[in-house]
Amino acid sequence: MTDRNDTLQKLAQEYKQETGIEVEVQLFAPSDAYSQKIIAAGQADALPEIYGVLDKKSIVSFFIKAGLVVDLTADMEADNARWQNSLFDKALADKRFDPGNSYDVKPGIYGVPIDVTNLQMLYNKKLLSKAGIAAPPKTYEEFIKDAQMLKRVGITPFVSGWGELWMLDCFASNYAFNIMGQDKVFDTFRGKVKYTDPDWIKVFSLFADMRDKGVFMDGIVTKGNKYAEQDFALERVAFAFNGSWCVNVYHDMNPNLDYGVIPPPPVSTAAYPLKIWGSAGSTFVVNGHSPNEDKAVAFLKWLTSRDQQVILSEETHNLPSNKEALAVISPVLGEFAKGMDQSTHPNVWPLNEDPLVSEALDRGIQAIIIGEKTPEQVALEVQKVKDDHEPKT
Amino acid sequence: MNPKLKAATIFKDNCENFFFILPAFAIFCVFYIYPFMNMILLSFHEWPGIGPMRFIGLSNYTELMKDKLWWSSLWHAGYITLIALIFQNALAFALALACDREIRMKRFYRLVFFIPPVLSEVVVGLIWNWILNPEMQNGQYIGLLNHVLYASGFPQLVHNWLGDPKTALTTIAIVNSWKGFGWGFIMLLAGLQTIDRQLYEAAMIDGAGPWKTFTNVIIPLMLPVMLVVVILTILGCMQVFVLILSMVNEGLVNHTDVPVLRILSSMSATNRFGYACAEAVNFGMILVCISFITKKLSDKVKNA
Repeated sequence: MTDRNDTLQKLAQEYKQETGIEVEVQLFAPSDAYSQKIIAAGQADALPEIYGVLDKKSIVSFFIKAGLVVDLTADMEADNARWQNSLFDKALADKRFDPGNSYDVKPGIYGVPIDVTNLQMLYNKKLLSKAGIAAPPKTYEEFIKDAQMLKRVGITPFVSGWGELWMLDCFASNYAFNIMGQDKVFDTFRGKVKYTDPDWIKVFSLFADMRDKGVFMDGIVTKGNKYAEQDFALERVAFAFNGSWCVNVYHDMNPNLDYGVIPPPPVSTAAYPLKIWGSAGSTFVVNGHSPNEDKAVAFLKWLTSRDQQVILSEETHNLPSNKEALAVISPVLGEFAKGMDQSTHPNVWPLNEDPLVSEALDRGIQAIIIGEKTPEQVALEVQKVKDDHEPKT
Repeated sequence: MNPKLKAATIFKDNCENFFFILPAFAIFCVFYIYPFMNMILLSFHEWPGIGPMRFIGLSNYTELMKDKLWWSSLWHAGYITLIALIFQNALAFALALACDREIRMKRFYRLVFFIPPVLSEVVVGLIWNWILNPEMQNGQYIGLLNHVLYASGFPQLVHNWLGDPKTALTTIAIVNSWKGFGWGFIMLLAGLQTIDRQLYEAAMIDGAGPWKTFTNVIIPLMLPVMLVVVILTILGCMQVFVLILSMVNEGLVNHTDVPVLRILSSMSATNRFGYACAEAVNFGMILVCISFITKKLSDKVKNA
C-alpha cells in the first residue's frame, strides 16, 4: 500500500483544490502491523474517518457490529446504482454481506475498493524462447514439460514467495478448485469431506510431482515474496506466481523485463475450472463514529471515479477498481484484468477453513516440497488437526 | 518529642516520600502492571482481537500443554540459546582476553567486534540471506558461502543451508551468535579491565603460568560478569524472532519456530488473542524460572 503514497498525496492535494476539503493521507506497512494498529484503534474508538480493514471477514463483522463501519449500500444504489455499477462486482464483494450471512451482519456493502488485484503466473518471454518454448503452457502437463526444457538449458523454472504462507495457500487452493470443484472444497471446510479424500491427495501430489521434476527454485519455502520478485525481475527464473501488484514492482526493479501473464495452468484431466484468487486490492471503509461521514463518502466517490482511477492506475501500475478506467491500462495489466472473470477469494466464500487447519495444510505442503513428508502423510496430519478443532465459519 | 508530634512527622515524611515516587509508581502501574494483569485475564478468554470476549477458564492452558508446536518452539529457542551460551560466549571471552593484552590495533578490533550487535536484526538477516543464498545464476552460485565452498574445491559442502531441516536451525543459531557475541565481548572486556594488573604480576612471581593465571585469577574474578553475560544471553536468545523472520519468513515448516513467532502467529494468523496471551504467560513464567535458577546458582558460586 505504501507504494501508492505519492499518488494518493497528490490526489488529496487535487481534492483540496477542487472542494476545499483537506484530506490527510497516512499509509502504513507491513500489513500485519497495520492490522494490529487498526484493531487497537478500533478498541480505543480512535479510528480515522476512512481506513482499511485487512483482516478476515469475521473480524470485519466485529467492526461493523461495533458501529465502526458505515453501510454504504444507499450511496452505492443511488442514481440507478451508478457508483456500484462503475466498480468491479468481485471487488465490492470483499466487503459485501449477503442476506443470511453467517456473520449475523445486516446485509449491505460496507467498503469501497480503490483498486483490484489477482494472483496469476508470470512467464519471462526471453527465457522461454531461450529454452525453445514457443508459447506459454496451457495445461499443468505442458508446464511440467516446459520446466524440464528450461532445466536442460540451465534455467530455474519456477519461483514464488512461499515463505509467506498465504501465497502457498492461494496456489494450492487454485488447484483444489480445479481438481475437485468449489462445492467439494467448501464441504471439506464444513467437515463433510476429509483431507484424506483422493482428490486432496491429488492436490498435494502436484507439489510432490513439481518437486520431483525440479520445478521449484531452491529455498522456495522460506523465500519472502520480495526476494521472489527480485529473482523474476533479474531474470533468474522463467515462471513466477505473483499478484498484479508485481507490475509496479517489476517496473521499478527492471523496466526492460519482457513478460506475460497466464492463469496457473489447469490439470488437463481435471473436471472443474481453475479459479484464481482475485478481489479488491485495497478497500476503504468509512468510520461510523465520524462526524464527517458524508464528506468521507464523497471523497471515496471522487477517488473511485474514472479520472482519479486512471491516475492511480497509470502511476501505481495497479488494476483500477473502476471498470471505465480499464480502457487506458497497460497491456500486462490488461492480461491481469482478464483473470478477474475466473477469480474468487476467501472473503467472498460462504465459509472459511479454520485458520489452524489452513496453517497445518500450508506447513504440510512445505514439508512435501522439501521432501520431508508424502502427500498421504500430510493429508492425515491436516485431517487430524481438523478433527481436533471445531470448524469455524 | 511529643508522641503525637512524632507520629505526625513520620506520617508527613511518608506522605512526602510517597509523593516523590508517585509519578514513577503511576507510570509503572499504567504501563506495566495493568497490561500484565490484563494479559493474564485475557489468557482465560477466547477473543479474536475485537468484539466480545468469552470466558473459557483454563482451556487455553490445557490446549497449550498438549500443543506440540509450542513445546518444539521452546526447544528450538533452547537450542539457539545453548549454541549461544557455548560458542558465542566462548568466542566473546577469547576475543576479550586477546584485546585485554597489549596488542597492535586493539582499538580497531574492539570497533570491528562491536559492529554486528549494533546492526539491526533485519539488516543482519538480509546480509546472511545473501551469504547463504542457495541459488545459481549463469553457472555460478549467488550466495557467498556456496560460491567460496565451490571455488575452493569443496563442491560436496555446497548446501541449501536455510532450506534443509537438518541445517536450518543450526545455521540460524550460528548467525544469532555472530550477531550477539559483541555484547558479551564488550562486557567481558570491561570486566577484564577492572582486574588489578598487580594480581597478574603477583601470580607470575609466584610461578603461575598463563593457564594457572587464567584458572586461578581471571576466572574467579570474572565470575560475576560472566554470570550477567550468561543471564542476558539466555533472556536475549530465548526471545529471538526478528532475525528468524528476516531469514526464513514464516519458517521452514515448523523447524524454525520459536516461542515469540508462535505467539505472533496465534495473534495475527489465527486471531486467537486469548491463546496468544496464554502462550505469553507460559513463556514469561519459564523465563522467570530460568532467571531465578541462574541467579541462585550465581549466588552459590559467589559465596563458594
